[in-house]
Order: sequence, then C-alpha cells, then structure tokens
Amino acid sequence: MVDGSMDPETDSVPGLWRVRLRTQGPVVGVVALGGALGASVRYGASLVWPVGDGGFPWTTLGVNVVGCAVIGVFMVVITDAWAAHRLVRPFFGTGVLGGFTTFSTYAVDVQRLIADGRALAGLVCLGLTPLAALAAVWIAVWLTRRALAWRHA
Amino acid sequence: MNWLLVIAGAVVGAPLRYLTDRAVQQRHDTVFPWGTFAVNIVGCLVLGVLTGAVTYTGASHAVQLLVGTGLCGALTTYSTFSYETLRLAESGAKFLALVNVIGSVTAGLGAVFVGVTLAEALWG
Repeated sequence: MVDGSMDPETDSVPGLWRVRLRTQGPVVGVVALGGALGASVRYGASLVWPVGDGGFPWTTLGVNVVGCAVIGVFMVVITDAWAAHRLVRPFFGTGVLGGFTTFSTYAVDVQRLIADGRALAGLVCLGLTPLAALAAVWIAVWLTRRALAWRHA
Repeated sequence: MNWLLVIAGAVVGAPLRYLTDRAVQQRHDTVFPWGTFAVNIVGCLVLGVLTGAVTYTGASHAVQLLVGTGLCGALTTYSTFSYETLRLAESGAKFLALVNVIGSVTAGLGAVFVGVTLAEALWG
C-alpha cells in the first residue's frame, strides 16, 4: 500500500496481490511453522503431565502461565534491545507462543469442571488462570526491563 | 501419527489467527484488541461444538487431536491476550484492560456453552 502509486507492479489488482504475497507469504509461513512447534510442545506437555478425568487442569494452566512469562521477556527484548530480523517476531511471538498457549482449552476445561459438578474448581480455574497469566507477563516484562537497564548502566 | 494430527491442525490454526487478527485490526481504529478477542471466541465456539460432539457422537481421538489440540489450540492464544492486556493497562487504558479480561473470559466461556448446546441440538 505504501508508495503503491510509485510501483508499477501495484497499478493492477494482480500486481497488488503479487506484492502482498511476496511480503506476507514468508510471514504466514513462519507463523505456521512456529504454531506447529508451539502446539507440539503443548501436546507433549499434556502427555508428560496428563490430567485425569475430573482432575484440575494444571497442565493447561501451567502452559499458559509459562507462555505468558516468555512473551513478556521476548517482547521487551525485541522492542528495546535486539534489532531482530522481521520474521523473528511472527515466528516466535505469533507462531511458537501463540501455538503453545491456548484460550479455547482453558475455557473448555472450566466448562468440563462445571459439567462434572465441580463448580468451585471451575470457578477457581476461571479466575486463577487470567490472574496468574497477567501476573506472569507483568513480572516478566518488569524483570526484563530491569535487567536491560542494569546491563546498560 | 498423533503428532502429525496436532501439527496439521496447528499449521492451519496459527496462520488463521494471524490473518484474522490483521483483517480485524485493519477495520477499526480503537486501541481495543478486537482481533485476538475474535479468534479466541471463535476458537472457544468450535472447541465447544467438538466437546459436545465427543459426548454425543463419540468423535474419534484423531478428530480431537486435529481440530481440538491442533486447530483450536493454535487458533486461540493466551500469551497475546495477556500481553495486549498489559499494553492497554500500561498505556493508561486501565478500564479497557479490565474490559478485555472480563469480556474475553465471559464471552469465551459463553461461546463454549453455546457450542456444546449446538452439538446437543445437532446430535443429542
């Protein structure tokens, strides 16, 4: 879109799509690759730490909290300290961490607990997950900024 | 085989999240992260239907891995949701940050219940 009128390739609709494909194609590719990696690690975690029927979904909670802590560190590093390649953020932030963490399994875990008659455990999961996730990302961002400031001091 | 099913679902789910987020974010000029909100709620709805399908039709383990663990798992995200909430709070939009958390959690759980009910109506 930027300088579109200056670029003969974008004067036609097919040309515009060609430009879009050239810039967005690699991004979509690394997001898919990262997503597959992240989802595989999450699936691996569910095999290593299985949750039995009616059990509290600690594994999903742990995965989400760890993913939130890591994105906190990653976003500060990539914004404040490291001039990374343009595909690093889509690969790791959008792909790996997005594929690793999950909102849908969290919500279904809560629904399952409620449907099993464990409403209290469901409510705990419902409230504890966002609280722990937000605390994790906030602490991670704060600590990373402190570490970077200390390094530059 | 199980790993391949998860990977096949995630290879579709993660780019779908990225492209949906881009499309949604281009169509509004507020600071509210509607893109992430949208994929999370849609993913909850789909996983709700799948959960109901497992109960009422005994959907196979393969479908659960492909659509549930892979597709819905990669389509939805907790890390971006948390990070965007923190960004809202840090930029001074504390009320919107709170709305994002309560809205996402409520709408997500609601979408799961709608999905399960839909599956019950279809196959129950």
